Amino acid sequence: MSIVVADTPRTAPPPPEPVAPARNYLNETSGFWSWLLTVDHKRIGILYLVSITLFFVVGGIAAGLVRTNLLTPNGAILTEDQYNKAFTAHGVVMLFLFLIPSIPAVFGNFLVPIMIGAKDLAFPKLNLASWYVFMIGAAFMVWGLLSGGIDTGWTLYPPYSSRYSHASVTPGVFGVFITGFSSIMTGLNIMVTVHKMRAPGMTWGRLPLFIWAMYATSFIQLLGTPVVAITLVLLMVERVAGVGIFDPAIGGDPVLYQHLFWFYSHPAVYIMIVPGMGVVSEVLTCFSRKNIFGYKAVAWSSVGIAVVGFLVWAHHMFVAGISYYSALLFSFLTMLVAVPSAIKVFNWVATLYRGSITFQAPMMYTLAFLVLFTVGGVTGLFLATMGTDIHLHDTYFVVAHFHFVMVGGMVLAYLAGIHFWWPKMTGRMYSDFWSRTSATVIFVGFFLTFVPQFILGYHGMPRRYPNYPEEFQVYNVLSTAGASILGVGYLMPAVYLTLSLFFGPKAQANPWSATGLEWQVPSPPTVFNFEYLPVTVCGPYEYAIGVDQLGRGLPEPPGSGDDNPAAKVGPTLLPGPLPKETEVVG
Amino acid sequence: MSASTHGHHAVLKHHFDNLEQQHSAERLGMWFFLVTEVLFFSGMFVAYTVYRHWFPAEFQFASSHLILWIAGVNTALLITSSLTITLAIRSAQLGQRAALIRWLLLTFALGAGFMGFKALEYATDVHEKLVPGRMFQEEYASAVAELAPVDPAAAGTFQFKGGQQHWAQDLARRNNHLVPGSDGYVSPERVQIFLCFYWIMTGIHGIHIIAGLGCILWLVQQAYAGKIPKENYSTVEVVSLYWHLVDMIWLFLMPLLYLAGAGLHASGH
Repeated sequence: MSIVVADTPRTAPPPPEPVAPARNYLNETSGFWSWLLTVDHKRIGILYLVSITLFFVVGGIAAGLVRTNLLTPNGAILTEDQYNKAFTAHGVVMLFLFLIPSIPAVFGNFLVPIMIGAKDLAFPKLNLASWYVFMIGAAFMVWGLLSGGIDTGWTLYPPYSSRYSHASVTPGVFGVFITGFSSIMTGLNIMVTVHKMRAPGMTWGRLPLFIWAMYATSFIQLLGTPVVAITLVLLMVERVAGVGIFDPAIGGDPVLYQHLFWFYSHPAVYIMIVPGMGVVSEVLTCFSRKNIFGYKAVAWSSVGIAVVGFLVWAHHMFVAGISYYSALLFSFLTMLVAVPSAIKVFNWVATLYRGSITFQAPMMYTLAFLVLFTVGGVTGLFLATMGTDIHLHDTYFVVAHFHFVMVGGMVLAYLAGIHFWWPKMTGRMYSDFWSRTSATVIFVGFFLTFVPQFILGYHGMPRRYPNYPEEFQVYNVLSTAGASILGVGYLMPAVYLTLSLFFGPKAQANPWSATGLEWQVPSPPTVFNFEYLPVTVCGPYEYAIGVDQLGRGLPEPPGSGDDNPAAKVGPTLLPGPLPKETEVVG
Repeated sequence: MSASTHGHHAVLKHHFDNLEQQHSAERLGMWFFLVTEVLFFSGMFVAYTVYRHWFPAEFQFASSHLILWIAGVNTALLITSSLTITLAIRSAQLGQRAALIRWLLLTFALGAGFMGFKALEYATDVHEKLVPGRMFQEEYASAVAELAPVDPAAAGTFQFKGGQQHWAQDLARRNNHLVPGSDGYVSPERVQIFLCFYWIMTGIHGIHIIAGLGCILWLVQQAYAGKIPKENYSTVEVVSLYWHLVDMIWLFLMPLLYLAGAGLHASGH
């Protein structure tokens, strides 16, 4: 349905700023156990936020060790064995303890119920259990890392991991197995919640794109994670019992492990990136003051990624001895999965076109995402093409591609989300200047870290090697220098966000003048989110006519008093006739 | 945060609007969970298919040495238990607490019977050393060593020490004087692959049965405490969904593991 809005006044008046209630989800109850036994989805989101920040630091330190060691051609600080353990620790911690839970567990938990107008997720106790399961799994992994480390790489390929490695692989694998269940619990909870708990009027066509992205992500978590779980069980049995189905000594096939492993672990990279795409859709529309271009295309491309993402796993195995014909098929399918990602990028760019763009920190991170993700995505096609992949396979080119998507894409989207929803989660505003500065520093540091790695990889430096020929040193030093800048960039938000908790000005309910339901409740929200039943009357991004999802007007957007002429022609200032093509989707 | 602390309704949880929404959410949640369970087992089914395609003779041989009658009895027990738990749902819907508890306890008994026979089967397998790894290798090596000095013509009727007629003796007879890889040779290594599947698949299935038994006991306790009124029957239904799935997975495991060697059973047990 579409309504052409013609000569009606442009907006409803913005609602009065709600009086900040004395009690919100943060101060309703207090004490240690009120947090550890909470079933409030918002508090559980905060628990995850604190935990994964901790693991991000751990994984970052491991990355620092790796980059420092690569300063010199023969390894600057670590022995070969320690180097193996350092890069495995980096991979395992960052993937399983940071990237996979990051947006789904933090923002998914915190925002999904509020965005769809529900009081909580469908299964609050299961939600709390997921955090405990996550922490137990993490404890096993940390035990593995501390009691001798894991030296197999995060992919844990047998027969090395099952038969030959003397490191403490078993607790590490068991930890990964357990954290998988936490991921399934979160995904299941979110899927049921989106299906069953939407407020009146919140049709599928009016869901914020973040919800669509979370739904697609949960779908992958639900279908993929159990497969890797059983694969890891088989691997553990083989390592502990000394005999198993991947064991070549009795006719077993280690490549079968790779198939099963990548059947999950390739879709898992979409578990990591698709939620980031959801965040980008929210932030981009808000700070360009425009409706999303191609709502349906962006929504369905999330689902498309989730489906096609399951059909591409064998592109990790082009040189593992799989048949030529299946490699051909998987090469084709891999290129196919680039299509929905490209649809998203084009729609985002079209959304930016002629928007009234302002450059607050969330938008700076999002624009950085757009650039870096596109580079990461396009270099992925080099790897999808079999001919070039045989040259580039297992080189630093793959490392750089992966980090462009996962760090340049996902981590920046995560930071964009943190900066966007921080006022909502904590009720405080952070420093405008420092947040913009950190976005810039991270962007520059990131480029300097990973562009040299593309060159290294193209010239044939293999990944996971502790030493290299001397002519590669200049690129490695550049990359390490970039990593140092990146590290400083990450430290800055840690400092100013923490300071904002104590010294930041109080945030308004809707500081960005955004349309979603989460902005129509006080900052921070109360325990049950809504004091009334929210009735949704229009689509999620009606910035063109300036109404939120409840049909009320939007407050003045931030930065509209600045030197931005577009913002001055704000919706409430000029109630003149409108362009005829303005549509209300819904 | 149960409803009893929150107020107006004994069953409705605070974050749902009405009972219908709550029940359909619970059911949908369980269905999604069952999807993950299917995929959890699917990894093993895929691997099983691959290896059975590669090593048909070894799979047939190993399968014929599993205990078919126990599998048959267990199948009957599980199918019956699916009936009884369905009758339990009906009793819950009608609010017949005594009948509900009775059907639940009967389901529990059938499931526990399954695990009892399973334990008997495992014990027999261990006794026969039908366990991949060192146990298997030593048992097979000793049978081969015993048979080695025997004249090939007499091998068919040769009596092993203590009258043993288990898989190891059978395998040693089959492979007597055959070159590994030649026609008719049943590779002991690959027999172990089948046994890995057998132990892991039935083991994981057994863990699921035990979890289901735990849930049924919990339901009994809830019903006994009067916490499953008519309008809350979906709790029983949700557990029953899980129980049916575990039952159904057995219906796939049973032919794949026990009937794969059907043609050879006559010479086995």
